[in-house]
Amino acid sequence: MNRIDRTFKRLRSAGKKAFVAFITAGDPDLATTAELVPALERAGVDIIELGVPFSDPLADGKTIQTASERALAQGVTTEKIFQLVKRLRQKTDIPLALMMYYNPIFHYGDAKYVAAAAAAGVDGLIIPDLPPEEAGLLKAAADRADISTVFFMAPTTTARRMPLIARHASGFIYFVSLTGVTGARAQIPAAVKKQIAAAKKVTDKPVCIGFGISRPEQVRDLAKTADGVIVGSAIINEIVRHTGKADLVPRVERFVKTLTAPLK
Amino acid sequence: MSLPDKTGHFGEFGGRFLPETLISLHEELTEVYAAARKDPAFRKEFTHYLKEYAGRPTNLYLAERLSAQLKTLKVYLKREDLLHTGAHKINNTLGQVLLAKRMGKTRIIAETGAGQHGVATATASALMGLKCVIYMGEEDTHRQSLNVFRMKLLGAEVVPVTSGSRTLKDAMNEAIRDWVTNVRDTFYIIGSVAGSHPYPMMVRDFQSVIGREARRQFRALENNRLPDYVVACVGGGSNAMGIFHPFYKDARVNLIGVEAAGKGLKSGEHSAPLAIGEVGVLHGSKSNLMQTADGQIQVAHSIAAGLDYPGVGPEHAYYRQTGRAEYVSVNDEEALRGLKLLSAAEGIIPALETAHAVAYLPKLAKRVKGRKTVILCLSGRGDKDVNAIKDML
Repeated sequence: MNRIDRTFKRLRSAGKKAFVAFITAGDPDLATTAELVPALERAGVDIIELGVPFSDPLADGKTIQTASERALAQGVTTEKIFQLVKRLRQKTDIPLALMMYYNPIFHYGDAKYVAAAAAAGVDGLIIPDLPPEEAGLLKAAADRADISTVFFMAPTTTARRMPLIARHASGFIYFVSLTGVTGARAQIPAAVKKQIAAAKKVTDKPVCIGFGISRPEQVRDLAKTADGVIVGSAIINEIVRHTGKADLVPRVERFVKTLTAPLK
Repeated sequence: MSLPDKTGHFGEFGGRFLPETLISLHEELTEVYAAARKDPAFRKEFTHYLKEYAGRPTNLYLAERLSAQLKTLKVYLKREDLLHTGAHKINNTLGQVLLAKRMGKTRIIAETGAGQHGVATATASALMGLKCVIYMGEEDTHRQSLNVFRMKLLGAEVVPVTSGSRTLKDAMNEAIRDWVTNVRDTFYIIGSVAGSHPYPMMVRDFQSVIGREARRQFRALENNRLPDYVVACVGGGSNAMGIFHPFYKDARVNLIGVEAAGKGLKSGEHSAPLAIGEVGVLHGSKSNLMQTADGQIQVAHSIAAGLDYPGVGPEHAYYRQTGRAEYVSVNDEEALRGLKLLSAAEGIIPALETAHAVAYLPKLAKRVKGRKTVILCLSGRGDKDVNAIKDML
């Protein structure tokens, strides 16, 4: 049982839902990311997804694309992110998952990557372009290292496919709220609640909803159905808004506190 | 054993590395395509459009003056440049647009590099009365402005892509983002033997008409023999796979794919992932891929926008690994010389992409012993490039 599993266990027994925050590692720079993680924890975030920047983020909208470009321009690499996680682990036990595209992992070597991630203190891997059917090697290594492999369900996932994804997923299942890329939206399709209910019929594993969520009302509303709510682009937009200012970190902390409030 | 296997793999290559939102669609498309392939009505309709609309079969033309210059090679040109829209791309877009109709999709999207696939997609969409959106790297919209105009005339919306390196790979990223968003009504016509299963297989099958015809025509012209060599340029690799695949089992026929060496393999500015041989995952499949030490995708370079892509179709990676085909490369300057060579020797201006294959012929001529026969896939005509190259020649 890793930090992600323990977090959901604790929240469940308290009758609460998880707030999951996504930020891109190295945006605006790695030093700020190192300060943002404890700030997010103080703001009430339960799990943090650290985005590993990639040259071709084809599942992401403009916000995360440009965050990724900024981080790559900073010279962020796989090794630097492992070092960041190592440093963070000296001061926090908040669950940390890496969200990233598959090629950098494949290029590093699946087993070697998982070993390095585990040694650094990573708890989970979330890989939008790696469905369970192609994840055999990675999954085997991750299971041995007690690293969660979070797989996705989407509004287009068929009933036939849901049990397969549920079986392979660990930590939680990432339910994509809409057909589309990441990015803050004013509206989340109402149909997603029914879809999540269908997913929960085939699994006891936590189901978290993400993509498009940007407002406290959405968080409150979606937490009625899901076990957790994921917010990314809205937080990155806030980071961008205050980049270059001395009070970036406390500003972001205050903003995220308004998002986590409905779950406290 | 026929490839790909049921999960879409060619050995270790291929597969389905996609966001979950697109997986069910690929499963459905695999089933629809399998049924269409066996359906005589579908085959009849496809064949009808290839013949009556696109202008198949294309000629297999003996290039006598070129052969005389090369001395050791007897070169036949498979004239895909004579097809409607000026390149082999139409073979595939007609097949896919018929599948789109069969699936009840109302909107077509595609990526394009040189613009040939974009024009062929816009053409097939106009033919079927479907809405069409083409994604094209902003840099390519300048290099290939004539094709942008053609697509617009054909009723397509052309979206210049300003993200990343603003070339073909970024156009593909953007097309995939559109697809994830509009998956329910939109059909993505991928232009190469790339993407996730079933695309590499499907595009290969639609393009295999090139090789089937060429094989039959060659045997009729050459006393039932087979060619010694089949040569084609490789970007994503659809014209090459189209002509190679029907010769796959003819083990004595040497298949040669010509990649773009750009400013030279050592410069790092090229589009030759098969020459480098590193394996990676991009745009839905595992194949040879140009990447950095940290697994980021490299920006490709080639004078030919249609070859300017850091990856290659997975079946080519398989052919390379198993040795069934040989892959060589030709740089920008050599390609320009190839373009001039064919223009002057035969009165045929090839596309810059095709010129890479032409440029390899003098090298091959030096390599062979005795006199050998070659089929060169003349994948496209060069009108689109004339503006861009007039200052270079």
